[in-house]
Amino acid sequence: MTTTPDRLVDFDEVLTRYEPVIGLETHVELGTASKMFCGCSTTFGADPNTQTCPVCLGLPGSLPVANAAAVEHTIRIGLALGCRIATWSRFARKNYFYPDIPKGFQTSQYDEPLCTAGHLDVEVDGETYRVEIERVHLEEDTGKNLHVGGATGRIHGADHSLVDFNRAGIPLVEIVTRPIPGTGAKAPEVARAYVTELREIVQALGASDVRMEQGSLRCDVNTSLAPIGSLEWGTRTETKNVNSLRSVERSVRYEMRRQAAVLDAEGRVLQETRHFHEDTGSTSPGRSKEEATDYRYFPEPDLVPLAPDAAWVEKLGADLPELPAARRARLMEEWGLSATEMAWLVNADALGLVTDTVAAGASPADARKWWLGELARRANDAGVELTQLAVTPAQVAELTALLADGTINDQLARQTLDGVLAGEGGPKQVVEARGLAVMGESDELVAAVEAAIAGAPDVVEKVRGGKVQALGALVGAVMKTTRGKADAATVKRMLEERVVGS
Amino acid sequence: MSSTELTDLDAAELGRRLAGGEVSSVEATRAYLDRIEAEDGAVGAYLHVDGETALQRAAAVDAARAAGEELGPLAGLPVALKDVFVTEGVPTTSGSKILEGWRPPYDATVARRLKDAGTVLLGKTNMDEFAMGSSTENSAYRVTRNPWDLARIPGGSSGGSSAAVAGGLAPWALGTDTGGSIRQPAAVTGLVGHKPTYGSVSRYGLIAFSSSLDQAGPMARTVLDAAVLHEAIGGHDPRDSTSIDAPSPPLAECARRGATGDLKGLRVGVVRELGGEGHTDGYEEGVLARMAEAVQLIEGMGAEVREVSCPSFDLALPAYYLIAPSEASSNLARFEGMRFGIRVADDGRHDLDEVMALTREQGFGPEVKRRIILGTYALSAGYYDAYYGQAQKVRTLITRDFTAAFADVDVLISPTTPSVAFPIGSRVDDPLAMYAADLCTLPASLAGLPATSVPCGLSEGLPVGLQIMAPALADDRCYSLAAAVEAALDSARGHRLLDELPTRAGATGGAA
Repeated sequence: MTTTPDRLVDFDEVLTRYEPVIGLETHVELGTASKMFCGCSTTFGADPNTQTCPVCLGLPGSLPVANAAAVEHTIRIGLALGCRIATWSRFARKNYFYPDIPKGFQTSQYDEPLCTAGHLDVEVDGETYRVEIERVHLEEDTGKNLHVGGATGRIHGADHSLVDFNRAGIPLVEIVTRPIPGTGAKAPEVARAYVTELREIVQALGASDVRMEQGSLRCDVNTSLAPIGSLEWGTRTETKNVNSLRSVERSVRYEMRRQAAVLDAEGRVLQETRHFHEDTGSTSPGRSKEEATDYRYFPEPDLVPLAPDAAWVEKLGADLPELPAARRARLMEEWGLSATEMAWLVNADALGLVTDTVAAGASPADARKWWLGELARRANDAGVELTQLAVTPAQVAELTALLADGTINDQLARQTLDGVLAGEGGPKQVVEARGLAVMGESDELVAAVEAAIAGAPDVVEKVRGGKVQALGALVGAVMKTTRGKADAATVKRMLEERVVGS
Repeated sequence: MSSTELTDLDAAELGRRLAGGEVSSVEATRAYLDRIEAEDGAVGAYLHVDGETALQRAAAVDAARAAGEELGPLAGLPVALKDVFVTEGVPTTSGSKILEGWRPPYDATVARRLKDAGTVLLGKTNMDEFAMGSSTENSAYRVTRNPWDLARIPGGSSGGSSAAVAGGLAPWALGTDTGGSIRQPAAVTGLVGHKPTYGSVSRYGLIAFSSSLDQAGPMARTVLDAAVLHEAIGGHDPRDSTSIDAPSPPLAECARRGATGDLKGLRVGVVRELGGEGHTDGYEEGVLARMAEAVQLIEGMGAEVREVSCPSFDLALPAYYLIAPSEASSNLARFEGMRFGIRVADDGRHDLDEVMALTREQGFGPEVKRRIILGTYALSAGYYDAYYGQAQKVRTLITRDFTAAFADVDVLISPTTPSVAFPIGSRVDDPLAMYAADLCTLPASLAGLPATSVPCGLSEGLPVGLQIMAPALADDRCYSLAAAVEAALDSARGHRLLDELPTRAGATGGAA
């Protein structure tokens, strides 16, 4: 597909003329053992169409039965977001034709969702933004289309298409924000911070593994611009299936820059869905929403209404685990961090990693240093999320332990990390296999020291003559012959013993 | 015993003979298969018959009995299922071309329960496409004829089942009733048909027409048979969320007790809006006459009969024709040629939307399309409140009328349908005339209440049905009163109504 590249306005310039309003619809696949309306397994990665039955295939005659665990997870998410929990809630049918929805409708919720009117506070650069939550509702996922042939992976131009119904019917919670105004230049970061915080909450609740790369958390990002001071909001676009935190931020940034150019040229922003492209960070037009699809929602007659018992809901609320905001406050105290330092951790999406690394035995300072320093650099170089790096918190803890006991030094630690990231095993294994351990007073080191002394009689003379700092040249020579594996302090002591003498 | 004699027996009697070893299941099954072979060409009751499998199952039951195994009361009894029930490995079409060739991978709960009870499936019976119709003329496959007069309709949508049971091609059968599709065909073929309380018989594996109305139920030659078959399929099913988890009253026992004919203390309401004073338009005189006689009969047996007014019933027809098509438009969306049934125009020259549209265009018949269009419109943004929303309110009003009526009476009665079986083809061009056949049965459907049709005589040589409606979960009241009416009429007549069937009268040498 060839399209003319969008004209873009410089981001800072956008803000001189326009105010953004953002909004997010987030889908979370729940981690229940079985699907929303049948007993099929939800395990990710099974062979196509092996986790299906008459119900999730929508075979004639089949009927749904709601998964109680999914209802409970949804209510817990609602409670964690401070929502009002409905005392009466119904499923509704959202009618439209597509091969990946087997029944010709998606069983969802419409005007009677389980949870409404909540909020989530997120922090960006020390400032708190309140994101109002409009609703949290429960629905079923669709199947997955695979369009074979053609360049774009989309249906147009494909030779044929396949559908995998393993995903069809997996419980999906949709969390919809109200429009979020007033974020200005921080709009992209607020969007990212919101998804990050939401993900942390869902993870803390144990409701989902929220793996964006596997699609168990998916975002639709709405963006609109209006001239500064305008009383009305602009027309919004909906960027679909933005599947990483970084992309959430980039998609808002891109849409702001693109829409500003359209508006600058006195054009009209089209109400449409847009696709986000990870490689270029740009969006392209999808389905037009100008002619709104009429989904003909009506209450699902095959399911009875849900009427969560007030006492049960109260108990679910009382039993919620420590939520991320409270946990951060506690960790700041325990680790002695400032709010800014904590914000860095969160923004880098490293809090969970650091917590796990500390749990695996590393000191909080070491854990932070590695994840925010060396590892963040490498993730950035590779263009991946920190969590996608091929190193586990336990391995990082092992690395810091090897450093602490002097098995390796900083330089060797970086080489060890190379090996771990290359899939050569854990740090200990890599140190062993690559022979990276710091040399003790081995024969090899003694030989290197003595060779250095023998090879530089003039330096030896200088040292003996009182210029002790000249010893550095000899240390350097030894380090060079041992290719950095020797411990500099040990080398220095050995040289002193032999040159300055006993 | 000849085939005809065996197939004349009601199911209870045949069951007794099977249990007593006088007849084998293979003999009974073969007798029915022989008659199907000989007569179904003219009647057109079945869409699918697999004699070989039926005989194998029958032989297995006989072998089990011979081995002294403990068998249930239904073991070895043949049965027919309306083609709306999903049956594992057995073609299931719901009367539609769009499902041609589909062999389901699973059994409907009721089909499974009958299988587990040891019944022998004779075949799948014809029906109006997706159960939409009152004459079975909307079947995509064949015309079914009324055994009382082959030029007339057998009712619908369960017309294959009614024709089979009345015509001696099955001892009993299952039908489904959305707006009257068990009761009306039972009425016009001289059978007993019962629509159970909504939620008391599982809908799992019943190809949905209108989910909030559909109920499976028995069609039989006697009230007792209907009650026994109902008991076999009823009860809670965890696979159907709308299934009621409550014990069902003993129905067969009520049918037996009811046949003693003592109705003292029973309060019976005659619904004015269903054929009563000022509401006789469209009702045939003969039907009203049989109805009046039934009222006298019931009074004569000691019941206290009074007229009851349910004003909202006048709105039942328009409400039904919004709710049922609305739900149908959604229920039938899955028939798009992607996973089962036929697929049209998948030739590489048509895109996805075209393949789906052409499949539906060629797969669905005109009445189904009419209702999909009607329902799609009624659910559309901007029209929902005026149509679907209003219809749901009418539904509430109808339920209130019933509640008020049942504060004063135990059961309500009316004609089952305003006319006797009409001639094939006479109403096909007039959907509204066709819809009027359901006038009396719709209120109980919309309120989810149990209702029975029991024969109450002939008009112009054709059967007339009496409808008995009861409060939710009081299906036993329907069976009690129906049994009393049946027993009194049989005894006055000296034989069963079905014995007056012209074909049967011919076969047995003519009625006296």
